[in-house]
Amino acid sequence: MKQIISIIAIVTIGFVLWQLVPIAMPSGFGAVTHHYVADGLKDNGGSNLVTSIVVNYRGFDTLGEVTVLFLSVSGAAFVLRRRSGLEVQEPVPASEIVQTGARMLFAPIVVFGAYIFVHGHLTPGGGFQGGAVIASGVLLLLLANRDRALPHGLLSWVESLSGFGFVLAGLAGLIVAGSFLANKGVLPLGQWNRLVSAGVIPIIYILIGLKVGSELSVLLDVMVHAAGDEEAN
Amino acid sequence: MMAGNELYVATGLIVILIGFATVLVKRNLLKIVIGFSLIDSGTNLLIVALGFYPGRTAPIVNNPDMLANRASLLVNTAKVVDPVPQALVLTAIVIGVGVTALMLAYVVRLYATGKTLDVRQFGRMKW
Repeated sequence: MKQIISIIAIVTIGFVLWQLVPIAMPSGFGAVTHHYVADGLKDNGGSNLVTSIVVNYRGFDTLGEVTVLFLSVSGAAFVLRRRSGLEVQEPVPASEIVQTGARMLFAPIVVFGAYIFVHGHLTPGGGFQGGAVIASGVLLLLLANRDRALPHGLLSWVESLSGFGFVLAGLAGLIVAGSFLANKGVLPLGQWNRLVSAGVIPIIYILIGLKVGSELSVLLDVMVHAAGDEEAN
Repeated sequence: MMAGNELYVATGLIVILIGFATVLVKRNLLKIVIGFSLIDSGTNLLIVALGFYPGRTAPIVNNPDMLANRASLLVNTAKVVDPVPQALVLTAIVIGVGVTALMLAYVVRLYATGKTLDVRQFGRMKW
């Protein structure tokens, strides 16, 4: 019975989506998209039009997104905060090669993540991607040595200050140029296709990268240490 | 429908349906989480595919050929694909990571409470 209901539901969902697709098929840019593409470089000075949409035209949305990520990480940390009391096998320590390799690779991975979010306005990349790369370096450290303690105080300071900096950059736009997160007029837009260009966009993306990197690192740490004794912590 | 992106749209739809089927049929909580993750990925693929125009390049203006007017830095809109779906999917991927992490955290707690991953054993949550 349940199988039949499931099949009916899946077929219905598939049919409705299939009917909806031709309506959403591209038929040229709408007025808003046309403005974003045609004037994006002139307005923001950043070569990457996706970044200029994410950080400037829809910057307020991105501020909300950063908040949602913070809330979901807080939720996961809250749910896993008390040790679950699960019986887990005593973990086998990683071999010497893995431990040394993780220590060696950690710094290059962090530098690569920073490279990605510093160049967010020029290349396919940005704060979220760079932050995820940095968190993957932290995951490597945790896999090599489960007992490694992350500097929680430092991470929470980095995370809070970068979120605060994002709001400050928005308020600077409100005071100087008259609208929240405005770019034009706050800082010089600089020359096209140069690293130091695009006004406040690289600053905001660097702050987002630091925030996402520290948030995801804390999340990984919480998940790695979720199993364990009841009385610990 | 002759847009040149049918393959990507169809793949996105199929991945979404596989995800729905997994969520509805599987009984292991971890597999249900994987199903939600598949719905997420399929939707992202579908949205990006809907903004794709064959023969156009990524919306990154690093070449003077892509400018309609060199002096005023106006971009030629016939050269690039639609950047708006890409910006929306960038948001959706990050939210997807957060939601998946939260679901996995709940699975860990449920396993600690019931010592099982079978969704049928959690009858109290049935509607």
